Amino acid sequence: MSTLISLSQVEKYYGDYHALRGIDLEIRSGEFFSLLGPSGCGKTTLLRTIAGFEGVSGGAIRIDGKDMAGVPPNLRPTNMVFQSYAIFPHLSVAENVAFGLRRSGLSKTDKARAVTEALEMVGLGGFGKRAAHALSGGQRQRVALARALILKPKVLLLDEPLSALDKKMREQMQVELIKLQRQVGITFILVTHDQEEALVMSDRIAVMFDGEIGQMADPETLYRRPASRRVAEFIGQMNFLQARIVDDAGASLMLEVAGLGRTRVEASQATADARTGACVVGLRPETLGILFEGEAPRLGQEVIDAVVDEVVYYGDMTYYHVHIPGVAEPLKLSMKNITGRPVLDIGTSTRVAWDPRALVLLGG
Amino acid sequence: MKPLRIYAVAYLIFLYAPIALLPLFAFNDGTIIAFPLQGFTTKWFAELSGNKALLSAVGNSLFIAAMTAIFATLLGICAARAGAMADFPGKRGIIGFVMLPLVLPEIIVATSLLIIMRQVLGLDLSNWTVIAAHVLICMPFSIAILNGAFQNLDPALEEAALDLGENRWSAFRLVILPLVMPGIISSLLISFTISLDEFIIAFFLTGTNPTMPVYIWGLLRFPGQLPVVMALGTILVTLSILLLALAEYFRRRGLARAGVTDSGGFL
Ligand SMILES: Nc1ncnc2c1ncn2[C@@H]1O[C@H](COP(=O)(O)OP(=O)(O)OP(=O)(O)O)[C@@H](O)[C@H]1O
Ligand SMILES: [Mg+2]
Repeated sequence: MSTLISLSQVEKYYGDYHALRGIDLEIRSGEFFSLLGPSGCGKTTLLRTIAGFEGVSGGAIRIDGKDMAGVPPNLRPTNMVFQSYAIFPHLSVAENVAFGLRRSGLSKTDKARAVTEALEMVGLGGFGKRAAHALSGGQRQRVALARALILKPKVLLLDEPLSALDKKMREQMQVELIKLQRQVGITFILVTHDQEEALVMSDRIAVMFDGEIGQMADPETLYRRPASRRVAEFIGQMNFLQARIVDDAGASLMLEVAGLGRTRVEASQATADARTGACVVGLRPETLGILFEGEAPRLGQEVIDAVVDEVVYYGDMTYYHVHIPGVAEPLKLSMKNITGRPVLDIGTSTRVAWDPRALVLLGG
Repeated sequence: MKPLRIYAVAYLIFLYAPIALLPLFAFNDGTIIAFPLQGFTTKWFAELSGNKALLSAVGNSLFIAAMTAIFATLLGICAARAGAMADFPGKRGIIGFVMLPLVLPEIIVATSLLIIMRQVLGLDLSNWTVIAAHVLICMPFSIAILNGAFQNLDPALEEAALDLGENRWSAFRLVILPLVMPGIISSLLISFTISLDEFIIAFFLTGTNPTMPVYIWGLLRFPGQLPVVMALGTILVTLSILLLALAEYFRRRGLARAGVTDSGGFL
C-alpha cells in the first residue's frame, strides 16, 4: 500500500504551550488508522492540523504527495466527522448530506441519487425528509458520516465519533464503521481515547502522550510488544515486576525477576532502553494461569506458589489478585470459567503458571 | 411574605396605571383629562389622522427608527461575531467600551453629540444626526441580544461548512446567518422600538422636522390637543408592546433552535 499522508517533524504551539512535538507519521492509502492517547495529549490537535483547521508551527504535512502548507480545509482532500457531529440544525437530513455537493456541479437528480445512496449506506434510508435536530445520537452520527462520505474524500477524519453514544450503540457502530471503511476503501483516521475501540477497529494505531507519539504499530504488536512502560500501562492490563539483566548474550538475555526468579528471554522481548538501564518485566493477566486440581503446566510454562488475595467474578471470567512470595504488589490474572473449574476463595493457596515467552522487558 | 406582596402589587400599579389611563382618555369624549369619563368616542383618532404635521413627524420617526435598527444590527452582528471568536488582545476592554452607552445618562450623550456635530464637525442637524446618535444608544442592546445568538452556536458548525467545501463567507451565509436570524430579527425590533420613542437625544439633534416624541412634547402646550396625544400614545404603546413581544418570541425561537436553555434576555 502506498503512503497517502505523511507528517514530518510537525510542531504545534498554542502560545507557550507545546501541543505537538515533532510528530512523524506515515498513513497508508486505504488504511484504518487510529490516534490513541489520554485526554489532552494532542489527538484532536493533530487531526485538526491534517484537516487544515489549525496551522502547524513547524514541519510539513503532505497528502497524496502535495504539501498542505497554507491550503485551507475546503481545498484539502479530507473530510471530518466532528465530535459534536455538527449537524446543521436548520436543514433536513437530506439537505445536510447534500451540503457538500453544492459546488459539485451535479444535476439535481444526480444529487438526489447520491444523497439517497449515501443515506442507505449508513443505514438511514428513508430518513431524508426528517428535521436534523429531531434525530437521536446514533442517527446524527450516521448523518455526519454520510455527509462527509458523499464527497468521496481521500481521507475521512473522525474525532471521537462514538464517545457520545451508549455502550451498546458504540459497539454496534464500531462494527458498522469497520464494514463501511472496507466497503468505501477510504482511508480513515480515528481519534479515540478508548484503547479497546482502537484495538478493535484499527489496522494501525499511534499511541500519543504529551504531544509525542509513544508507539506506532498494528494492534497485536501494540498489545503484545509495547515499546515502553507507558504504552503498556495505557493499553490493557499489565503486571509489572522489578527485573535485572544478569547476562546479555545478544540474541537472548538472562533475567533475574522479582518473585519469578531467573529466566531466559529472546532479545525481541526487550526494548532497547531496557537493555541499557533500569528495567521491569511486564506480564499480561491472561498469560498467567491458576493451576487447578489435576491441571499440569503446559510445555514451556513455569510454576510458582501463590495465595489468592482478591476475587472478582464476571460470569464468563473470574479476575484474581494473587500474592507471590517476595513481591508486595499482587499479580492480576484472569481465568475463563470453563465447566468443572471452581471459583477460588480468598486466602486459598494455589499454584500459578507463567510463560517466559509472554513477558516483555521494558525500560523504567 | 405579606408586606412583600403588597409592595409588589403597589409597584405594578404605580408602573402601569398611568399607561392604562392612556387608552381610557383616548376614547373619552371630552377635552379635559379628568374623571368622571364623559362617554365613548373615536374622534381623537380621526383628528389624529387629519393632522399633517403630526403625520410627517410620525413618518420621520419611522424612517429614523428603521435606519437605526438596520445600522445598529449590522454593527451589532460584527461586534457579536468578533466577541464569539477566539480571544484577541483587548477584547474585553473593547466590548465593555461598546456597551458603555447603556449606562451613560442620555442627556450627557445628547449634549456632547450636539457639540460634536455642530461645533466640531459643523454638520447640519437632520434625520441623519438623530440616526447616528440612536445607533449609538441601540448598539449595546443589539450586541447583548446577538452575543447570545452567536455564543450559543457550536463552532464546529462553521468548521463543518468549511470542511464541506465552502469558504468563510459562504459558510457564514449558509450556516451562521440562518441560525442567528432569530437574534437578528429580535435586535432589529428592539432597536426600532427604542429609537421610535426616544426623546432627549432626538430633541437635541433633530433638524427642522421633529420626530414624533418631540412633536408630541410640543403639543403638550395646547391643552385642547391633549386627547389627541392620548390617542397617539395609545397607538404607540400598543405598537411597542407588539414589537417587543415579537422580538422576545424570535429570541426564544433562536434559543430553541440552537438547542439550549434560556439564559437572560430582556423580558
Ligand atoms: N485553541 C487552543 N488554544 C490553547 N490550547 C489549546 C487549544 N486547543 C487545544 N489546546 C491544548 O492542547 C492540548 C491538546 O489538546 P487536544 O484537544 O488536542 O487534546 P486531545 O488529545 O484531543 O484530548 P481529548 O481526549 O480531551 O479530546 C490540551 O492541553 C489543550 O488544552
Ligand atoms: Mg479531542
